[in-house]
Amino acid sequence: MTEIPEHLRKRAEAARAKAAESTAEEAPVAASGADAPAEDPRIPAHLLERSRSAKANKESASAGTTTVSGGGVAVADKVGAVVAAGVASGGVPVGAGPGGHTQRLLTVVKSGSIQDVKAEPIDKVHTWPHLLAVEFVAALACTAFLFVFSVFVNAPLLGLANINQTPNPSKAPWYFLGLQELLTMFHPMVAGVTIPGMGLVLLVLAPYIDKNPSNKPEDRKFAISIMTVHLMFWAVLVIIGSFFRGPGFNFTLPWRDGLFFDF
Amino acid sequence: MAKILEQKPRPTAKERAAKLQDQVQGSQAWSSIFRPGSIFRKGYTDSPRNRSYVIMNSVLYHLHPVKVKRHAVKVSYTLCLGGLSFFLFILLTVTGIFLMFFYRPTTAQAWQDIQSLQTSVTFGYLVRNMHRWGAHMMVLTVFLHMARVFYHGAYKPPREFNWVIGVMLLQLTLLLSFTGYLLPWDQLALWAVTVGTNMMGYTPVLGPKVRFVLLGGSEIGGNTLLRWYVLHVLMLPFVIVIFMALHFWRVRKDGGISGPL
Repeated sequence: MTEIPEHLRKRAEAARAKAAESTAEEAPVAASGADAPAEDPRIPAHLLERSRSAKANKESASAGTTTVSGGGVAVADKVGAVVAAGVASGGVPVGAGPGGHTQRLLTVVKSGSIQDVKAEPIDKVHTWPHLLAVEFVAALACTAFLFVFSVFVNAPLLGLANINQTPNPSKAPWYFLGLQELLTMFHPMVAGVTIPGMGLVLLVLAPYIDKNPSNKPEDRKFAISIMTVHLMFWAVLVIIGSFFRGPGFNFTLPWRDGLFFDF
Repeated sequence: MAKILEQKPRPTAKERAAKLQDQVQGSQAWSSIFRPGSIFRKGYTDSPRNRSYVIMNSVLYHLHPVKVKRHAVKVSYTLCLGGLSFFLFILLTVTGIFLMFFYRPTTAQAWQDIQSLQTSVTFGYLVRNMHRWGAHMMVLTVFLHMARVFYHGAYKPPREFNWVIGVMLLQLTLLLSFTGYLLPWDQLALWAVTVGTNMMGYTPVLGPKVRFVLLGGSEIGGNTLLRWYVLHVLMLPFVIVIFMALHFWRVRKDGGISGPL
């Protein structure tokens, strides 16, 4: 669910409070205005007088038109009649604006039917300081860790390279030890090319194979299981290749025979 | 004389500093360096407008939008893994440039150079350690970043292609690490690369040919060292920077980071 942004929520609350206030204010005015508009204290006396006389004039005029036009066809006349009837009946004027103009309601178009509002308000924060501060701290912590680790642990430098002296065991860098481990089980073609190649192709194609639109963990149990099995497969192979393989790349136990591994 | 001195007191240090600051910030050089609206031109007080200007009027605008989704700044979502991978790349570039001053990629000198770097160059050993451990760390963070993105389903539309670029970046990271592995030219390097390139040779049709080109012969030797050096310090960094630029650009074009779940 989208969280409603703080500022929008506040604005809506303020508007609601204002609306409640104004209706409470208007209610008594409307009540009094219905039976005695002349007593409204906000309208100056001379204006009230003018409108009263105008109303009286119109009443007499409309009485004239209704008798004259009868079955008249002219639209203007009809409209005039409607207005006059409305005013004459003394009820709520239906469509009469100031000066006798009439607005007719043709249709009501709800906003949703012609405007497709796609952009929902997104809860956003400023990159500075909210994101940059986090990134800065992360970078600093990373540097500090690397620095301290490098002060205390030295990178290996074995003897000068000698093509005639093969160390036993010879191991690839740790991230390729999973592949080297596979070499002990399969034909080199399968272990070195087919299996990693297929893994890589599947990895690249993952977004095109996985058609499930949801990103919720509970909807993607299959994808998550497959990936976890895949990652664990390589992790276990790398760990075995790194720590459990000794001379001749035979299986050893690191706590019994020691480590045959260099970073 | 004394009276005149009293009437016009000498400006205090604070006043002179303020005047100097005005002169510097009003100079053509200063205003050519910092864009209009930059906080270095007009000073920074905390306001929503200035918060926007910090990004908008600096080179950071290439990397970040002015505003991001609130959930995107939660460390527990990204664990900073992508950002840390990039940061480690920068750290590796800096330490790597330092190492280049003391290293010659020939079979006669490479190992000696590393040896003397460790023993007779100030901070040489420390910087070499940082470069090596940083490289292993970067392989790890890139890998974990990929796992994180998968588990969040962040590769789903519209981010499919950025995932593909990401897999390329993972492979380039491994290649960068692997090419660097040979450079110390010790027994560890030589035989690790021998094992690694032998595996590559098993690829049908192209495998042996690619191996020959990469090694500069049928066995690892001086040619290999030079080739892998050039790959490591020039070609692969060049390629990976282009892919990174694409990757970061797509992150923004695809609507920022994914989620919330």
